[in-house]
Amino acid sequence: MALVQNFPFLSIILTLSGGVICSVLKGHGARKYSTFVLCTVLIGSLLTLAHVLSTGEAYVYMMGHFPAPWGNEIRVGILETMMAALFSGIMLLSLMGGMHHIFEDTEDTKSNLYFTLVMLLSASLLALVYTNDLFTGYVFVEINTIASCALVMIRYRSGKALVATVRYLFMSLLGSGLFLIGITILYDITGHLLMENIAESVAVLFKTGTYAFPLSVVIVLFSMGLAIKSACFPFHTWLPGAHGNATVSSSSILSGLVLKGYIFLLIKIFYRVIGMEIIFQQRATNVLFIFGVLAMIVGSIKAIQEKDLKRMLAYSSVAQIGYIFLGIGLGTEAGIAAACLHIIVHAITKPMLFTACGGFMDVSGGSKKFSELQGAGLRDKLSGFAFIVGAMSMIGIPFFAGFISKVYLTTSAIETLSLKTVIALAALAISTLLNACYYIPAMLVLFTHPKKEPVSVHPRPKAMSLSLWMFIGLNFLMGCFSQPIVNAVIQGIAMFR
Amino acid sequence: MKIREDYERVGWRKLVHWVNADPQEDYLTKEEIKHENLRLKEEVAEERNGRLQEFKSMIQNMIQTHGREWYNKGYRIFSVFVALAMMTVLLGVVSQLPSFGDPSNPANNEVAERYIESGLEETGAVNIVAGMILDYRAFDTLGESHVLFIAAVSVLILLRMDYGFDGKLRKTGGIRDEGYDRFYEPRNDAILQTVTKMLFPMIVLFGIYVILNGHISAGGGFSGGAIIGAALILYNNAFGFNQTKRFFNYNTFKWVSFASLITYASLKTYSFFTGANHLHSGIPLGEPGAILSSGLILPLNICVGCVVACTMYTFFTMFRKGGM
Repeated sequence: MALVQNFPFLSIILTLSGGVICSVLKGHGARKYSTFVLCTVLIGSLLTLAHVLSTGEAYVYMMGHFPAPWGNEIRVGILETMMAALFSGIMLLSLMGGMHHIFEDTEDTKSNLYFTLVMLLSASLLALVYTNDLFTGYVFVEINTIASCALVMIRYRSGKALVATVRYLFMSLLGSGLFLIGITILYDITGHLLMENIAESVAVLFKTGTYAFPLSVVIVLFSMGLAIKSACFPFHTWLPGAHGNATVSSSSILSGLVLKGYIFLLIKIFYRVIGMEIIFQQRATNVLFIFGVLAMIVGSIKAIQEKDLKRMLAYSSVAQIGYIFLGIGLGTEAGIAAACLHIIVHAITKPMLFTACGGFMDVSGGSKKFSELQGAGLRDKLSGFAFIVGAMSMIGIPFFAGFISKVYLTTSAIETLSLKTVIALAALAISTLLNACYYIPAMLVLFTHPKKEPVSVHPRPKAMSLSLWMFIGLNFLMGCFSQPIVNAVIQGIAMFR
Repeated sequence: MKIREDYERVGWRKLVHWVNADPQEDYLTKEEIKHENLRLKEEVAEERNGRLQEFKSMIQNMIQTHGREWYNKGYRIFSVFVALAMMTVLLGVVSQLPSFGDPSNPANNEVAERYIESGLEETGAVNIVAGMILDYRAFDTLGESHVLFIAAVSVLILLRMDYGFDGKLRKTGGIRDEGYDRFYEPRNDAILQTVTKMLFPMIVLFGIYVILNGHISAGGGFSGGAIIGAALILYNNAFGFNQTKRFFNYNTFKWVSFASLITYASLKTYSFFTGANHLHSGIPLGEPGAILSSGLILPLNICVGCVVACTMYTFFTMFRKGGM
């Protein structure tokens, strides 16, 4: 086994123990250590990606001395390593972008614990991406749940953040519970926890027609549990509060990565546990399709009504999650590929918007209301530029990242050739229009000269400038040279079989 | 009420007027007709507006007087309905699942078979459960102990009071602090203290026994750690924080959790790495049944036990006082 094949496992262990190490360090030591670990993980994931791309084959990595159904194992393919690299990279950039806010928003005796949470969160995301075993998936879903709730809660002396955390915690635990019940039932009727073995048993069960009702309930429980956790439309009520009141880095991480981790797990379960044919025949995707369409429209309308920039961005996340579920709901391979692309696009765009929002708050006396933010884009020009890039990408203007995923969503909708095509195209058109309806007024507010005297301007930290430039660069890279990424995603999905 | 202008000039229209002996419209000029139409329109609009206003105020009144009540009622009915539907579906599923204890169940397959038949030989642990969670599926347990750790960290973030209400760093152990601590509790309860003096060493010893024999008999790190945690909580209740913080304060929690989790992670990293690369691990399994046997399971049990005990005691102190 080549040395490079050990990196996925090492990155999980490094981040897990990194969290423990950060808990005994002081705040700034923890900051340096977690940055170092995330850089290492990013480089490791990229090397693994290069290795997997060159061999063109996924491989399984045995966790211990016992082979698969008895021991644990992780599976490394193109899509998995891509997501791991994306998650660790965006995690790093989000942390850098909101670093000074982290130290302002947490108590100085507890700021090291923020990095503990971030490290454990990244470990759980990596494990969710790589896992080949449903129960391992559940264990890391637990870590993910607690860490992401605590990331909202850690904001010092903010009553709103606490209320939002309670709401988030309850919804998230409900989702975990449904997911766990699903695993239990599935284990009872198949006798396995390893993905491949479950897939084999489920195919047999489906052919013979035994346990048909429990099987469809399992599909519903998995979809519903993970849809609650990833804030799909009727279950999105916790999201605006949690994302709107957390500190800047937390908002970026939660909207950019945590939601995506669960969606990726759902796609993985659909492909590798239940089997796509069965999912299509059970029409589970149709429900997700309807939820996605409703999310795209309701989320955008809610965003138009908001008078608070961060909450507006949070509602925009609801709409963007709708796009991803629309892609999954189309029920074709192209649709899933488009959904994966949109996961990537949203993960590199939304954290940039939140980081820019942090910059605007710095130059507007810490307020995130539109009335106070007037002219903030002129006071902090780099954040303003980043906001323009992000907004253009979210609306779907060519040469920006958002355009690519929208093009692929549209083409895959056209290829479906059914009633869904019409609904999907209409929803895409309306939602794009609505996106423009809230991003353009926001930009107008940010770039008009304020009537009042501006609040004193802070110098922007270098880490934040660097992170914003990297985000902008990534966005253009994705918008202009997307073909290799698209090919890799399609290859990666084919590898799921 | 809009009349087409050219229609006025048509002969047929004039004839109709004449037959009906309806001279009125003939006397109206175009301007007047327009005016009349506008007036009628306004009237209609006013009427509609009035009705709308009435309706709105009615609704508002209703909402102000009954809205919350209705919402709460509807919410309750809806949630009961959802819960009932969920229960019905899940009970339906349970009724269709394979019956409990049937040897032909899907869960009784080659996986369980190998655990039972060659578990002792492969892991060296007489207690198959310990072999399963700490050797076969050690990665899951590694995650699980970090779940405990992150739960403790989250509670610490939420409840640890580093600063008093005056905004200064809080000193634990002052007279005032002890006063708060003892406010709702009986001070120096003689019965409790005497019983604790007798029981505390025994409970701790039993916890250590359960942890150390985790691979031989029933028990292990999770249950033994819970026993030790309970002993610490009992001691704290009897003697107060001034006594417990001599041997268990925040630094103890920090460093014990750190040491055990890092030990666990590094031991398992070695074992995963050698396993995945098909290297010989070189860890002796020992003689089954002896206390020093079954490879890594004993040290891992000790690590898990420390983490569980620390987590339990931390939960207690955080909810009780917000400090240790």
